[in-house]
Amino acid sequence: MTEPLLSARGIDIRFGGVIAADGIDLDIFDRENLAIIGPNGAGKTTFLNICTGYLKPQAGSVRFGQTELLGRAPRAITRMGIARAFQIPQLFTEHTVLENMLLSVAVRERKWNPFRALAHIPEKAEMMDLLDLVGCADIAHKLTSELPEGQRKLVDIAIALALKPKLLLMDEPTSGVASGDKFAIMEILIAALRQAQVASVFVEHDMEMVSRYASRVAVWSQGKIQMSGTPDVVMNDPDVIRTVIGG
Amino acid sequence: MPRSIILVLLGIALLALFTLPFFMGTSVTFATIVFSKSLAVLGIFLLLQAGQVSFGHGMFFAAGAYSAAYIGAAWSGPDLIVLTVIAILISALSGLVIGLFVSRYRLIFFAMLNLAFSMVLFALLEKLFHYTGGTDGMRVRRPTLLGAEFNRASFDLVIYYYALILLVVAAVLVWLYLRSPLGQALKAVKVKETQLEYIGLSANRTILAAYVFSAILAGLGGLAYGLVQGLATPDLTFWTRSGEFVFIAVLGGIGNVIGVFAGTLLYEAVRFYAAAFLDDSWQLILGIVLIVVILVVPSGLIGLPQRIMGALRGRTSLHSQKDRNHD
Repeated sequence: MTEPLLSARGIDIRFGGVIAADGIDLDIFDRENLAIIGPNGAGKTTFLNICTGYLKPQAGSVRFGQTELLGRAPRAITRMGIARAFQIPQLFTEHTVLENMLLSVAVRERKWNPFRALAHIPEKAEMMDLLDLVGCADIAHKLTSELPEGQRKLVDIAIALALKPKLLLMDEPTSGVASGDKFAIMEILIAALRQAQVASVFVEHDMEMVSRYASRVAVWSQGKIQMSGTPDVVMNDPDVIRTVIGG
Repeated sequence: MPRSIILVLLGIALLALFTLPFFMGTSVTFATIVFSKSLAVLGIFLLLQAGQVSFGHGMFFAAGAYSAAYIGAAWSGPDLIVLTVIAILISALSGLVIGLFVSRYRLIFFAMLNLAFSMVLFALLEKLFHYTGGTDGMRVRRPTLLGAEFNRASFDLVIYYYALILLVVAAVLVWLYLRSPLGQALKAVKVKETQLEYIGLSANRTILAAYVFSAILAGLGGLAYGLVQGLATPDLTFWTRSGEFVFIAVLGGIGNVIGVFAGTLLYEAVRFYAAAFLDDSWQLILGIVLIVVILVVPSGLIGLPQRIMGALRGRTSLHSQKDRNHD
């Protein structure tokens, strides 16, 4: 088996009496799309918060390649190649879509020349290509505050991809999107991830999404990884059907 | 407004300012004070882009003026260029030291910490009488410019052009800075600081960079102010002075660099004529002016042309609508 991209071992975290993680071991491999499913409040988002440096577990380790992530600032983790997209897209609402992207790439390339306008940095063409990849090239010059939720999600992902991450963590990438648009958006997203050669983890509640787009599924229940495997196997497991999917 | 019209108007305004001493010689000192305060207000304007207000930039204003006073006291023939370089260094350094501390705070905490630092400086300048001249302040010796000496009248002209050029250069630099990634990040701090961290940029350092820049601007403003007054006094760092800069920045509007100059001009003009008119109660008139500006153009003076054009356009479109109804 190949070396995992990210490897969590023995993660323990509790909030008061609530146990969110109780000895979690989880590996994420290059170029896979791992879905994390499980009951509400099981600790799935907590895991994303740990991997991005916003929470420190009481025990355990998270390695990214050869480097320990725990104890590092979110900024440093981003720079190592882990990007994140949120359940509610976090966009700079006083900037256009393209400006949001350019800000991302300026940070990535450390372009701090105070005499060059953000709009003129050389990576602009690359950003337009990336927007094209997520089907948002035509709204490049719109303020992000004017976009419908579905496009905000895609732009949020594009901003994360602008950082050229190796791994993208997504919290319910299609929540808040009209159900008719969900699949279209996920379709674009997965294609973009493949094109950019980025591994992804997404927390998801919609089982149809999971079975269609995940290459692997991990079931997070009562602070443990109950099971992980391909969607066919996991989603047909009687235990999983009973505890998570609801049969 | 189309870009070309703005550029033409700017050109006319600059031409007027550069030729002002030839037809309005008496207002030269007044205008120089407007320029020097505008420099400090530019600093406030910069921080306002990140949604932060400093009620303590008087300290850098004072630092600029006192640095000129000390150099003049220590060295008989200081040169304006040397003074400028030293004022930049001192205000940048003090901006960095204080900025490292205050850039970790936001909003009211940021504002009050700045105020606290400036009042500490005020107290020191007042109490350390033997070093600072106390309340009376220190004389600022008239400098040479590239070796040339000036009498009182010709120096007024020199300092007028000096302050004007400083202001124009500073305004252009601020404009460029705000367009650059660092300046755009400043706007992003105001909207969503955590997202800035998620794309890998420290919000604190973004603010720190702007803070040092703003300290330099206020320092240069203080230098020009000290030179035109011939005096550096502790009240330059009193909190009302810092408040005045914030007041002017709000008056001018935070959307555009030009608003800074317009705001300072209006503020100083109102102050000048109100003081002549009402002696002790000029603040009353100033207050009423601010209330009117906030009620009529909440975006500040800089929003005024747009507002007028909008009103005109609104009226014409209403007319055309009526015409259409008649058809």
